[in-house]
Amino acid sequence: MKWDEFFVTGEPMIYAADVSIILVSLAIVIGLTYFKKWGYLWREWLTTVDHKRIGIMYIISALIMLFRGGVDALLMRTQLAVPDNKILDAQHYNEIFTTHGLIMILFMAMPFVIGMMNVVIPLQIGARDVAFPRLNAVSFWMFFFGAMLLNLSFVIGGSPDAGWSAYFPLASLEFSPTVGNNYYSLALQISGIGTLMTGVNFIVTILKMRAPGMKLMRMPMFTWSVLITNVIILFAFPVLTVALALMMFDRIFGSQFFTMANGGMDMLWANLFWVWGHPEVYIVILPAFGIFSDVISTFSKKNLYGYKSMVVSMVAISVLSFLVWAHHFYTMGQGAMVNGFFSITTMAIAVPTGVKIFNWLFTLQKGKISFTSPMLYAMGFIPIFTIGGVTGVMLAMASADYQYHNTMFLVAHFHYVLIPGTVFGVLAGMHYWFPKMFGFRLNERLAKWAFWLIIIGFNVAFMPLFFLGLNGMTRRMYTYSASTGFGPLNMIATIGAFVLAIGFVVLCYNFFHSFRHSPRNEGGDPWDARTLEWSTPSPVPVYNFAKLPNVKSQDAFWHAKKHNVPLYEEGPYEEIHMPSNSGQPFILGVIMFILGFSLVFSWFIPAIIAGVGVIIMLAVRSFERDHGYHISAKEIAATEQKLRGDTV
Amino acid sequence: MKKKRWLFSLIFISIVMLLSGCDSSLLVLNPKGPVAKTQSNTIIFSILMMALVLIVVYILYIYMLTKYRASKTSDDYEPPHMEGSKWLELIWTLIPIIIVAILSVVTVRTTNAVEKVPEGYESQKPLVIYAASSDWKWHFSYPEEGIETVNYVNIPTNRPVEFRLYSYGPITSFWIPQLGGQKYAMSDMITKLHFVADHEGSFMGKNSNFSGKGFAEMEFEALAQSPADFTKWVDDVKQTAPKLSEQEFKTLLDTPHIGRKSYSSTHLGFAPPPEGDMAGHHHGGSGSDSDKTSGEKPMDQMQDDMGNMDMSDHSSMEHGH
Repeated sequence: MKWDEFFVTGEPMIYAADVSIILVSLAIVIGLTYFKKWGYLWREWLTTVDHKRIGIMYIISALIMLFRGGVDALLMRTQLAVPDNKILDAQHYNEIFTTHGLIMILFMAMPFVIGMMNVVIPLQIGARDVAFPRLNAVSFWMFFFGAMLLNLSFVIGGSPDAGWSAYFPLASLEFSPTVGNNYYSLALQISGIGTLMTGVNFIVTILKMRAPGMKLMRMPMFTWSVLITNVIILFAFPVLTVALALMMFDRIFGSQFFTMANGGMDMLWANLFWVWGHPEVYIVILPAFGIFSDVISTFSKKNLYGYKSMVVSMVAISVLSFLVWAHHFYTMGQGAMVNGFFSITTMAIAVPTGVKIFNWLFTLQKGKISFTSPMLYAMGFIPIFTIGGVTGVMLAMASADYQYHNTMFLVAHFHYVLIPGTVFGVLAGMHYWFPKMFGFRLNERLAKWAFWLIIIGFNVAFMPLFFLGLNGMTRRMYTYSASTGFGPLNMIATIGAFVLAIGFVVLCYNFFHSFRHSPRNEGGDPWDARTLEWSTPSPVPVYNFAKLPNVKSQDAFWHAKKHNVPLYEEGPYEEIHMPSNSGQPFILGVIMFILGFSLVFSWFIPAIIAGVGVIIMLAVRSFERDHGYHISAKEIAATEQKLRGDTV
Repeated sequence: MKKKRWLFSLIFISIVMLLSGCDSSLLVLNPKGPVAKTQSNTIIFSILMMALVLIVVYILYIYMLTKYRASKTSDDYEPPHMEGSKWLELIWTLIPIIIVAILSVVTVRTTNAVEKVPEGYESQKPLVIYAASSDWKWHFSYPEEGIETVNYVNIPTNRPVEFRLYSYGPITSFWIPQLGGQKYAMSDMITKLHFVADHEGSFMGKNSNFSGKGFAEMEFEALAQSPADFTKWVDDVKQTAPKLSEQEFKTLLDTPHIGRKSYSSTHLGFAPPPEGDMAGHHHGGSGSDSDKTSGEKPMDQMQDDMGNMDMSDHSSMEHGH
């Protein structure tokens, strides 16, 4: 293999990326060495099994990926701003929209949501940790190195270019001979396995580790949404695992599952992909629904309206999410009967979703609404998401979908669902729980500026796409001629995209600003909130709860505050058992990365060596005698005294 | 908060204005045949239904946000504990169910309608046109007329046309928005589209499913002519255009971009479409005469063509040794 086949060459933008990657890496290495932070980084972060820190690492990775996916989006929008634009060529554009989709869904939305779960769930249910802390770290590092593997494709070997849905036979070796789609199959596989383990971990955590008295129907709505989400993960992700394995065999070992000849079935891939892919959109949106429920309830100073119907509707959505996948290919000639069935199941999802919208609206009724930054995102969500929802119903009608399918109308629809749903959801959650993670709040003034820029930019960027779609503009075209008349609306959309981007820049600037200027020592409960996580000090000590809370109602913390009843039992502290840190998950991630990278290039000897390495790592863990450690009662008393200023 | 309301009313007004003006501007809502007309009506009906939902949500939303803001209540106001209301929750479950039921009936009826020869045209014998995609062009074969075109298709008005779609490569989607919605063209089976053009004119047609590098240029002209003009055009092609040889067809498949071409014979004889014995597998037919036979593998002939095309289109099959 020649060097110029290995490294992506011939593109000034790629060379610039090469240089910036090298410079940033050098800066990190020099910085860590100069400030003598290698040890700190290893001991406190890379080897941590603390769910809060793992959550923070997820969120930081997600924000970096948001930046990368966002730059992709701006490049695409710039290319489409005017007809016959020459900034990107077809190949580059294809790679960019493919990685934009992959990164935003799998390496931004998913880790952001999982990061939120990690930070919040044990605190919300009054647990000291997740059920399997070490496995949690493995999940994170699998995701992280999967993401790194996909990002590496950008400069080494070439990115995947067959769309994020990678339809066959286009994604087969025949039509995509470069290694791009090998990266696709391996990067997604590695991080997907990590996600599957997260699913198991959080189901067990929520079912087995709730504080005394926290019955299922007393759980905060975010916990409910996460439980249901993880059940979906448990059913959906194995399908992805199998599909990606078959894809890898097709591309690397010459099997013929999805090829054009020799009995391969291209639509088999489409079916497998969407049997996972459709539930996936609910995996990223249900936790956001949970976040909105908690945020809306907190900032209207009211309990959630229709708690039971909220739970029932989420369960209904989770079941229906598995019954709608064929609406992604109404147009493959499956006949009016099948299309009719999937139309009805798809439209049925609007019913439980509508229930949730009305419950949120009635949570506001007779409330005392304060427009903090998390609440702004929740309130921005409702009207925009409703547009996304009703256009979803329109798309669900098969006969009409023959006209929308693969057009900008669809692109507009799913951005109208995913951005207000998932992105506003995790941003609301991030602003809301920020003091839990770091001990101070983000600056409200800057946060509101960011919000308004984002919401205005979003609508200007995506509303025109509905009309472009109805006017015949298909998605994934890298250019169009002036005679199509697509020009003006595309220009408006591009301007909107840049306003949206400025909003995100303000949001990021807010981190630095708040880090320097935000007041500290606001106590554990700066928002006057309702659920258990706010009864802990901020930042939260490693053991979460010095004594486990006693839950007597929904919104247990609110109940305790209002009725002046103690949340924790009286009595002295007892020592707490904690899991010890471990470098193994990180090392396992590195080995998986090497394994994936070797397979991408069909270097089988290093792949086999790395594969043996994985088995050795599993064996090491099996024979390990590490039972964790104990934090003494005295140490707990000292920590609590320092954080709360109280004595027991 | 003024800003937000202003923004949403602006969005809403712009939707209404754009919708009212769309008869002339948006292709999908400017149909030139009964199939597209059905779809356009379905879309407009669903927009009106959904506008009702939006209005209800927006009115409630604005009401709640203006009435119950903290700044409007006294400091000592304590919001009540409200569990929910069975009646209200039942209402906003049942009304959406009714709406979905209405839309379901409309969907099932219109989906059946657009999968068949349009009403009023059943008595006529449809004009069969095979439309095959290859990287990155469209081949149109008229088996009865014995002619073939590349990257343009002429059809007679007021006569049902049955497009039979398949592909010599990645999945593509055949779409002529003003005549009707799209359908996939795949390598291992035939899908069918029934169109009627009731206006003469030139319509934009394209592949709408991403199929690789040349995807954006994969457009064609669909020209609806009066039956007399159409017959004249067919005769003209038969007399003046060259025959399509197997060799020539292979060259066509191998060339990524090509302008319009006309031939006085078709490729169906030496490169049969994947139907009947040639079909990869059966997907349940929507057309009247769908093929019930199914074979495990596409025919050798097909494979030969594909093998040939692949070798020259992507001559480097190695992937990183």
